[in-house]
Amino acid sequence: MRLIAEIAATHLTHRKRQSIVSILGVAMGVGFFIGMAALMQGFQTYFVSKIIDVWPHIIMKDEYRLPSLQPAQRQFPQGAVALHGLKPVEELRGIRDGKAVIAALNRIEGIHAAPTMRTQAFMRYGAKDVSATLVGIDPELERQVSQLERDLKVGSLNELHTAANGVILGEGLAAKLGVEAHNIITVVSPAGVILKMQVVGIFRTGITTIDNFDSYTLLKKAQILANRPNVINQIRIRLRDVGNARVVASSIESRYGYRTEAWEETYENVLGIFVIQNGIMYSSVGAILIVAAFGIFNIISTIIHEKTRDIAILKSIGVAELDIRLIFLLEGLAVGMIGTVLGWALGHALVEILASIRFNIEGFVRAEGFILNESPYHYLIAAGFALISSSLAAFLPARKAARLDPVDILRGAA
Amino acid sequence: MSAALQTLNMTRILPGPVPVTLIEHANLSIGKGEFVAITGPSGSGKSSLLYLLGLLDRPTEGSVMLEEKETSHLGSGELARLRLAKLGFVFQFHFLLPEFSVLENVMIPMRKLGRLSGDAMKTKAMRLLKSLGMEGEARKRPEQLSGGQRQRAAIARALANDPLVLLADEPTGNLDSKNAHNVFEIFRGLAEDQGQTVVVVTHDPHLSEHTHRQIHIVDGRIVDA
Ligand SMILES: Nc1ncnc2c1ncn2[C@@H]1O[C@H](COP(=O)(O)OP(=O)(O)O)[C@@H](O)[C@H]1O
Ligand SMILES: [Mg+2]
Repeated sequence: MRLIAEIAATHLTHRKRQSIVSILGVAMGVGFFIGMAALMQGFQTYFVSKIIDVWPHIIMKDEYRLPSLQPAQRQFPQGAVALHGLKPVEELRGIRDGKAVIAALNRIEGIHAAPTMRTQAFMRYGAKDVSATLVGIDPELERQVSQLERDLKVGSLNELHTAANGVILGEGLAAKLGVEAHNIITVVSPAGVILKMQVVGIFRTGITTIDNFDSYTLLKKAQILANRPNVINQIRIRLRDVGNARVVASSIESRYGYRTEAWEETYENVLGIFVIQNGIMYSSVGAILIVAAFGIFNIISTIIHEKTRDIAILKSIGVAELDIRLIFLLEGLAVGMIGTVLGWALGHALVEILASIRFNIEGFVRAEGFILNESPYHYLIAAGFALISSSLAAFLPARKAARLDPVDILRGAA
Repeated sequence: MSAALQTLNMTRILPGPVPVTLIEHANLSIGKGEFVAITGPSGSGKSSLLYLLGLLDRPTEGSVMLEEKETSHLGSGELARLRLAKLGFVFQFHFLLPEFSVLENVMIPMRKLGRLSGDAMKTKAMRLLKSLGMEGEARKRPEQLSGGQRQRAAIARALANDPLVLLADEPTGNLDSKNAHNVFEIFRGLAEDQGQTVVVVTHDPHLSEHTHRQIHIVDGRIVDA
């Protein structure tokens, strides 16, 4: 076995430059994979953990997934019913018996629920006119379902009670309006209600859409603005175990009928983008490794072509076909392994460099630099890819070498 | 005298659009300790016969027996094992591995066989090289050697595992007459002083007349054994 390895090593050192190029090819694939994986997963897990952290895990909305059945359809469930000129009844929006639903949910172990009244609003301050989402909350219950209190940069939830018409704004929203704490703004609702409100707090979650558009007030004020007293249109739910969000959401939905979304569903579009991102990453790294594999195929074929005479000698001495095959497989594997180790170093360096870059971005989340997640799994996955592709690349030429007929070669040489 | 190598009605035909008959109905027996020359004109099939005797090639018909054991049913791995343990080849061109030193080349068959410890292999390889006057060249690369030295290194390698039969294909064909004479003397010494079974292909009558026996072939047929 040592002999086989020694012969393989002499072949690679004999073709030093080509070997180095092949090794670098593998190293690039491995290095970029590690760098990109750290970047993508860093951002993705950060985003997800942020969402899970700041956002309620489940939201029940005052709508239904499917339009309700028409009486004719209910009457003939099997029949082919065609209805023309239908006008849906204008229903009063809002979750019926919302208080009772919340009380029932809160009795379940591991579930916290809080009522909200969510409405659109125009906010006016000086010459600025900004559209925003105003969420009416019950501060005591809200503490159980989101981290709003922790995310407050200025003010406190209690000030919603103490101020006359208190409102808490997202940082971005406040910036757009140009307001600071204690300023009075004018809030106009689609229902035509106008309210002077005092800014009692400013929050920052780090999630751009929330910080730029959301604002909070007391449930009652939101109901007044929407002109729908006592109505709740969303129930926010937080779980002790976020892993169950989908299951719990669907069981709540089937119990109450209202559309109930787990956070995964609310942020489906973003998670979908993550899937595409990962697909792009894997295919571009795959492409690099395919190129590297061609390099390995090429160098091993070249070596075999050059060393046919040596192969004939070894076979005449009595080195078996299997050993010959092993020699060249080993060469491929060696290129793969050296490339992997170099690639690990390259990948680590890449992550360090990315980590040292500082800048401000405002995408899905606000960040001062790349969010990186360097995981040993990435190193293992990259190594697996590299070793598999390099052995596959070596396999065909190695088999060809093992099958060479020494007699043909000896006749040709003599 | 027991037979080292035997052929029974052995025929080798190269398949193809026009099949070429290399060896036809060869019946041969080479005893242990014999010193045999295979002679004949160029293209008569001497090399082909040697490849068949050396289990490098397989007959189309008939069989080759090593120490009276049939080999036709053996797989390529088993044949390789027999070549390693029982046979030693020397070719016209030296055929040493260029990246290995002379000593390392001689040790390759020993290492593959794996019967000796590393130190014992080295000692034995040095002894072989010394007996061929090559101890000073042990650390050199093949490219640093003269033609005669390369051939002696190749002989040392062929003898590495104490083969039952040493097979040589025109080992002096590429050497000047002085070196040719030296190499031939080595073969004769091995055969006569050490009882080594030697089969050597040559078309040089000076060399063949010193062997115990000549097998003459013409057009793939043994005409005189
Ligand atoms: N691959 C081949 N295709 C066609 N003819 C071949 C091939 N190999 C050998 N021959 C022919 O077989 C004959 C025997 O060759 P060989 O055993 O090398 O003869 P020798 O060693 O006596 O010179 C020659 O006539 C040669 O031309
Ligand atoms: Mg010949």
